[in-house]
Amino acid sequence: MKGNSYFSRKLHSLLGIIPLGGFIVVHGLTNYQAFERGPEGFAKGVHFINSLPVLPLLEIFGIYLPLLFHGIYGLYVAYQSDSNTGRFKYGRNWAFTAQRITGVITFVFVFWHVYQTRLQIYLGHLTHEELGSTMNLIASSPVYFVLYLIGVLAAVFHFSNGLWAFLVSWGITVGPKAQRISSYICMGVFVIVSALFILSLIAFGGDEFKEAANAATAFTNIG
Amino acid sequence: MADTTVATKTVKFIITRQDTPDSKPYTEEFEIPYRPNMNVISGLMEIQRNPKKTDGSNTAPVCWDSNCLEEVCGACSMVINGKPRQACSALVDKLEQPIRLEPMRTFPVVRDLVINRERMFGALKRVKAWIPIDGTYDLGPGPRMAETKRQWAYELSKCMTCGVCLEACPNVNDRNSFIGPAAISQVRLFNAHPTGEMNKEERLDALMTDGGIEGCGNSQNCVRSCPKGIPLTTSIAAINKDTTKHLFKKWLGM
Repeated sequence: MKGNSYFSRKLHSLLGIIPLGGFIVVHGLTNYQAFERGPEGFAKGVHFINSLPVLPLLEIFGIYLPLLFHGIYGLYVAYQSDSNTGRFKYGRNWAFTAQRITGVITFVFVFWHVYQTRLQIYLGHLTHEELGSTMNLIASSPVYFVLYLIGVLAAVFHFSNGLWAFLVSWGITVGPKAQRISSYICMGVFVIVSALFILSLIAFGGDEFKEAANAATAFTNIG
Repeated sequence: MADTTVATKTVKFIITRQDTPDSKPYTEEFEIPYRPNMNVISGLMEIQRNPKKTDGSNTAPVCWDSNCLEEVCGACSMVINGKPRQACSALVDKLEQPIRLEPMRTFPVVRDLVINRERMFGALKRVKAWIPIDGTYDLGPGPRMAETKRQWAYELSKCMTCGVCLEACPNVNDRNSFIGPAAISQVRLFNAHPTGEMNKEERLDALMTDGGIEGCGNSQNCVRSCPKGIPLTTSIAAINKDTTKHLFKKWLGM
């Protein structure tokens, strides 16, 4: 068998859950520290991630490369699809179209978000400790807040619905009953993970992070 | 005699027409006398007998394809009021008027409502949707099929290659080489057969190449549209499972 779309599509499906789906959950939980434990909790979460061994390797093979493959091949998959929700107004058909739309939104959002945060650290404009105040600046601007809300909801929907499709595409949920039950579970995943991100966005925009941000700016001013 | 006094009830059709495979489609309206128990085919036959448009001008009779007239051959599939289905089982009394008829554009249009479904037969050949029983000597009877299996396999055997599932699928289009739901379900049917099972890897291999089973995007329109109620999405998921197993077995050299 030569290189063919079966392998690419299977790899695309797998990478969407492992590691990318896992990453989105971990990211959500880390951010949630901001809501549950405030700026210090969030800083601790960031510190924990940065203290992981072989971090650059984890980032490259666990996030960047899978993300690039899944994103770019995903754009091709979306390009190959029609949308016929006008003629076939079924829930699953809406989810099919939404999966492609949210995929494109997530693709753009992730690039923008990485540019605002991780890339600024690589470029030396930011430190890991300043991430909380960066997020405060983003979350306290109404425009950025709404854009982040859209991006986050798109990403989490894409993950949850993708999890449902993954279970079908790998032959784990075969019959209609199994697929219905897994759709309820995936809806639950959508609600819970969305809540993690939305609550942390609210926390980032809150007073605690503002004070932390002001203190940081004051400190830099003095320094 | 009574005919002259009874108010004449009519049926309105708006039909998408196309003169040649490459020419531009256009619509024409027809209004024909109503008869009880009409279906779309009898309406088309009436237009054929008297090819006059609603405005009274003459036109060429509308071309369509049909054969069995009892929803088992799949030839008269067309888009009726937006949904792909068989014209023979589309009863005029149950349709909203005006009745809009269009060809299933997923397939090449030959003329008017006639389409070329050759790609579906090509797909069946590609996945070897048959049971090889020929030998140079009498191979004897094959193994028996369990009754419980026969019952669900029979449902899959109702597929008439009508093309409705391909028309409903958002992933069957010019940019995508997806084989479509029908052939995947046929792989499940022939792999379930005790003799057909002996060649199951060949069929799975065929679905694990470009344009194979990976083209399914789980919109599940196919199962909602199939006129024979074939559990197409169950077939696709079952074959997903079999191809996944086959993939790992091949990697591990089992």
